[in-house]
Amino acid sequence: MYAFDLERPATVADAVTALGADEAQALGGGQTLIPTLKQRLASPSVLVSLSGIAEMTGICTRDDGSLAIGGGTTHAAVAVGADVFPGLAGLAAGIGDPAVRNRGTVGGSLANNDPSACYPAGALASGATIVTNAREIPADDYFQGLFTTALEEGEVVTEVRFPVPEASAYMKFEQPASRFALVGVFVAKHADGVRVAVTGASENGVFRWSEAEAALNDSFTADALNGLSLPAEGMINDLHGSDAYRAHITAVMTKRAVTAAC
Amino acid sequence: MTKVTMTVNGASVSGEAAGNTLLVEFLREELRLTGTHVGCDTSQCGACSVHVDGKLVKSCTMFAAEADGTDVITIEGEAAEDGTLSTVQQAFQDHHGLQCGFCTPGMVMAATALLKENPKPSEAEVRHYLEGNICRCTGYHNIVKSIMAASGQNVEPMAAE
Repeated sequence: MYAFDLERPATVADAVTALGADEAQALGGGQTLIPTLKQRLASPSVLVSLSGIAEMTGICTRDDGSLAIGGGTTHAAVAVGADVFPGLAGLAAGIGDPAVRNRGTVGGSLANNDPSACYPAGALASGATIVTNAREIPADDYFQGLFTTALEEGEVVTEVRFPVPEASAYMKFEQPASRFALVGVFVAKHADGVRVAVTGASENGVFRWSEAEAALNDSFTADALNGLSLPAEGMINDLHGSDAYRAHITAVMTKRAVTAAC
Repeated sequence: MTKVTMTVNGASVSGEAAGNTLLVEFLREELRLTGTHVGCDTSQCGACSVHVDGKLVKSCTMFAAEADGTDVITIEGEAAEDGTLSTVQQAFQDHHGLQCGFCTPGMVMAATALLKENPKPSEAEVRHYLEGNICRCTGYHNIVKSIMAASGQNVEPMAAE
């Protein structure tokens, strides 16, 4: 790693101030950023650790029934604390391994927007709102491609609000070495319609599969997806799987997610 | 450099750490607690697993400064002061849960964390929990057997040694 200073602010306001420094970078749980730093793929002058900010951790149900999760809440805490939203709790319980889940955070995952991360699919299918120190961003506007989000420089994900669907499930086809999703599909049946979000598959990061959503709005069954397929074009094509394979697996995982949600 | 203070294996310790000093470097190089191993240094293998405030973490993927004010337990803190092994350690010895021993500190810390969360895990649950701990010698069989035995379950029906 290159040398840098590490700051540990105790409040969001102090973190935002610290992130105003030249070449400052926010540090969530570090489960992606620290390996990145070791490879010298990033060279911040100062890392602003968000792990000591009590106001950014915890889970509660809001008056409108949505689930509010602090941006600094770990995957392990969501796995046991999001029991009113089993689909999301299941997603959190399947990330990485136990030690990774004890450090990695929901805010860190969403801010990084790795194209194979699980949380982007959960947030997009839920129709979540990403709350920052400055504003509220709907998930549909938040994800903007590989490792790209609507976040401005120095903006911190302080909270994520997940509307709780009537039924939901996340199915992940794991890349066995990294445990990231080769393909992951989150299906959420809301009162106003079904949302299907796919991670791991597309060269443009997480996306909604609108044809599957239309079919599932007619009938929320795995059979409703029979005959539906995605084009291989635009899918990730690498040593772990071809574009055509990922397109195929997406359809399979979507069916499994619907079956699990029913 | 900043001053870092934490409780390690019950004793309060302080030392200087740069911003990029990892917790595992602080434990091994500053405190000379070399039982915590560095295997892959990429948070895959789990040899560096320790407990921070009771939670299993990979100490190669956490900065020492982030552990300031926490309660850290390493493999050196598992046995009693008179050297009596912990239940998990004793089970690893009794059931030959190691060969070269390199991954063993991490395996013991992971197993101890598991049994705290889930005192009577099934074999499948043990294997699932060990996803982040890699052993290149044993094929995991005797590790899993050791952990099942440490949980007080009968391991006789498991395949012969």
